[in-house]
Amino acid sequence: MPEKIAVEMRGVTKRYPRVLACDGVDLSVRQGEIHAIIGENGAGKSTLMKILYGMVRPDEGSIKLNGKPLIGHSASDSIKLGLGMVHQHFMLIDPFTVAENVVLGIEPTKAGLFIDGRAARERVERLSTEYGLALDPDERIENLSVGLEQRAEIVKVLYRGADILILDEPTGVLTPQEVTELFVVLRALRESGRTIIFITHKLNEVIELADRVTVMRDGSVTGVVSAAETTPEELATMMVGRDVLLRVERQEATLGEPVLTVSKLSALGRKGTHVLENVDLEIRSGEILGIAGVQGNGQTELVDAITGLHATSSGSVTLSGTDITNLKPRAIRDLGVAHVPEDRLERGIVPDFSVAENLLLGHHHRAGYSHRGLINVAKMEEHARTLIAEHDIRPADPSISAAHLSGGNQQKLIVAREFDGAPTLLIASQPTRGVDIGAIEFVHTSILKKRDAGVAVLLVSAELSEIMTLSDRIAVMYGGRIVAEFEGGTVSEEELGRYMTGAGDSGDEPVRNRPLDDNSPGQAAAGGEA
Amino acid sequence: MSPPGALGTITRARKSDGAGKLVSLLSPLVAVLAAFLVGGLVVAAIGESPLRFYSVLFRGAFGSVDGIGLVLFNATPLIFAGLAVAFAFRSGLFNIGGEGQLYIGSFVCAWAALKMPGAPAVLLIPVLILASAAGGALWAAIPGYLKARFGVHEVINTIMMNFIAVALTGYLVVEIFKEPGQMTPQTAVIPVAGELPRLAGFFQSIAVPLPNANPLNASFLIALVAVWLAWFILYRTTLGYEIRAVGHNTSAAEYAGINVRRTLVMAMLLSGAFAGLVATNEIMGFRHRFLDNFSSGIGFMGIAVALLGRNSPLGVLFAALLFGVLNTGALEVDIFTDVPRELILVVQAVTIILVVVGNEIVRRRLAGGAQKRRPSKEGLEAS
Repeated sequence: MPEKIAVEMRGVTKRYPRVLACDGVDLSVRQGEIHAIIGENGAGKSTLMKILYGMVRPDEGSIKLNGKPLIGHSASDSIKLGLGMVHQHFMLIDPFTVAENVVLGIEPTKAGLFIDGRAARERVERLSTEYGLALDPDERIENLSVGLEQRAEIVKVLYRGADILILDEPTGVLTPQEVTELFVVLRALRESGRTIIFITHKLNEVIELADRVTVMRDGSVTGVVSAAETTPEELATMMVGRDVLLRVERQEATLGEPVLTVSKLSALGRKGTHVLENVDLEIRSGEILGIAGVQGNGQTELVDAITGLHATSSGSVTLSGTDITNLKPRAIRDLGVAHVPEDRLERGIVPDFSVAENLLLGHHHRAGYSHRGLINVAKMEEHARTLIAEHDIRPADPSISAAHLSGGNQQKLIVAREFDGAPTLLIASQPTRGVDIGAIEFVHTSILKKRDAGVAVLLVSAELSEIMTLSDRIAVMYGGRIVAEFEGGTVSEEELGRYMTGAGDSGDEPVRNRPLDDNSPGQAAAGGEA
Repeated sequence: MSPPGALGTITRARKSDGAGKLVSLLSPLVAVLAAFLVGGLVVAAIGESPLRFYSVLFRGAFGSVDGIGLVLFNATPLIFAGLAVAFAFRSGLFNIGGEGQLYIGSFVCAWAALKMPGAPAVLLIPVLILASAAGGALWAAIPGYLKARFGVHEVINTIMMNFIAVALTGYLVVEIFKEPGQMTPQTAVIPVAGELPRLAGFFQSIAVPLPNANPLNASFLIALVAVWLAWFILYRTTLGYEIRAVGHNTSAAEYAGINVRRTLVMAMLLSGAFAGLVATNEIMGFRHRFLDNFSSGIGFMGIAVALLGRNSPLGVLFAALLFGVLNTGALEVDIFTDVPRELILVVQAVTIILVVVGNEIVRRRLAGGAQKRRPSKEGLEAS
């Protein structure tokens, strides 16, 4: 059958000072298909999409949209031509309502002066019902969950008449349930004849949702395959250029003494509300406790409370018998707590510092590195060279500024620094967020090595597969509380997902160790509430 | 969600890395040249010959050993004031209170000197240098503490501290410490043992004919030491490491166990100390007494010096020298041309603006050019 090509990019090349971001890339997207573009960070996916959308000008190459050549177009031209982009970081104004956000820039007006609020609301409602995007047009963005914010973004793009939608890493911030709902919406959009370009690095999603896949590596296309005829392993190999372990090998845990004991811990947020409520946790030496949860349910505050970065209001944190509740961060670090922070750019590194200086962060005051107030520069560089070699941080240059490393290498830097110096408790928060498959493999292996060496590990991740692969025990956080706790391997992703969204939250004691073959926890919890 | 600014930081850093050090060296030079070009247009617009204007200006600055000595003398207080701003900037604080800090430093210096009439030079000179620094440090520590303890913005407090310092020293020098029997609001002359030697004698001894009347004094050497000291503190001490960590990324510093509040106060303290050292030139080296309202904005010029010098100690040195050239040359222009005094100030200010703006433009241009010149694949591993 004659297939119409919606987007045709040929020989697209884009050079940056230190990087060839796109090297003669060809992309062909058929009308009405869901086309996934996958690749590691820095593979050139985002640059390619920015070129298509007109935000970045290519050095070479041609673009055709529905058969018509596009030359030197801008993002606003793209919108007129029916291209719409849902960015990874939503472009919404928090205090505005959904309807106000959707019509922003092309508001329906009365007499050209006043915004016609009713017309805006009606149009938003029509669009959202048409594609099953349940959304209240009058709700303020700040009151919406991330999943709903994303819907508002999609409606915004549809309102602008897009028939080709580009979604940049749309599932990164969603719960499993929200991902399922998003896929329903995307399929409905495909039914309506729209074309969807879907950027991701999650291989299972590609297989599940996409029709065809373009794989990129180092700025080039390494393959175009039909999603039905490929496997995650094959895609991973195309992405990385070598065989990758998608699941790391792990041995039975050898449990030792309790290292971290959190007891009845509560903390208040900025608005004076409880962000942590009576949290109880215990991690033994040689054990990984995984905390699953939708972001913003107290995981950040839990980690910060343990590490002395967030004041607690009641309860206690004990490290190998020593009370560390509300100690200063430095004192807690010096007692052997290492912390891979959830946001590496916000906390994990000082981008303007050199790699060597970054590798010293938090150790810089210790004997050997600091003597009578002076930094031992020779020692600092030696330390950096050792860690760079041990952890294969690239480029292997201690003097380069950390901002010039890729996300994966920045993460390796943080892991190298935090794992150094024999910690007794290792807190790893979102340790693989935004890093590519090769680095994920490395981080996971490193965490398991530490655990096998007798370190107690607290793993916080929004990535359920990560929690499930690594954890010896899994706790689920919702609304600042631990709502369920399971032995590793006794719970399914779906079940965890239900607890993460509060479906299993009875408001009482956490559910513990429900075996898989039991009734679904959703029902059990519903019973509890009744 | 990670902050949307995060990616921006990386791209920005990448760009500035373009041709690296070369760009950061070249751009101020090209910018200064461009500034003189446009400054010439301003001169032409007021009906004077740009060529004559600049030839007189440069003759004033470079035409004689005396001129060069004056350039260094004029640059000296600006080096201290620039270092003060640059140093605080490294901790993320905008210290625009240099003016107030240098007034207090100068007053404390003069006061201490007058309190120690019989002290020998070997004792008095170090004490006065420390007193100058301590006065400035104390004055800067107040807004520093308010910032660290209560999060009050340092800009508003340093401005207020400027008003207080100028008014307070004015009051003290008029009402309490005025030189007996004089109408001028100034203190008595400090003991000779507290004076910093002029450099004319030294230069003459190595056959450089710097006239005896030239005010260049040993404070310039202290300024050079201060440039080195600022660099050393920032890049070789644990405190400097912590200051820079706090300045570049406060939450990372906090996460690393750095006491952010203490670090901020320390940074302001040291920043104020640099500002206070202006007294070594103004009081110990030149006036030999405290005069009400003597500074006329040295502290504020320090902001421009620091920004032009990209907040690096060495950059501050060069930026201060440029200002020294302009100030010195302007005197000559005033004497030898018909350009009105006010317009010299205008051209001077326009030149500074153009240097700052031009520096930014040239830097971007050069960085952009570097993009085209280096389409190599080497960065791929890095990304």
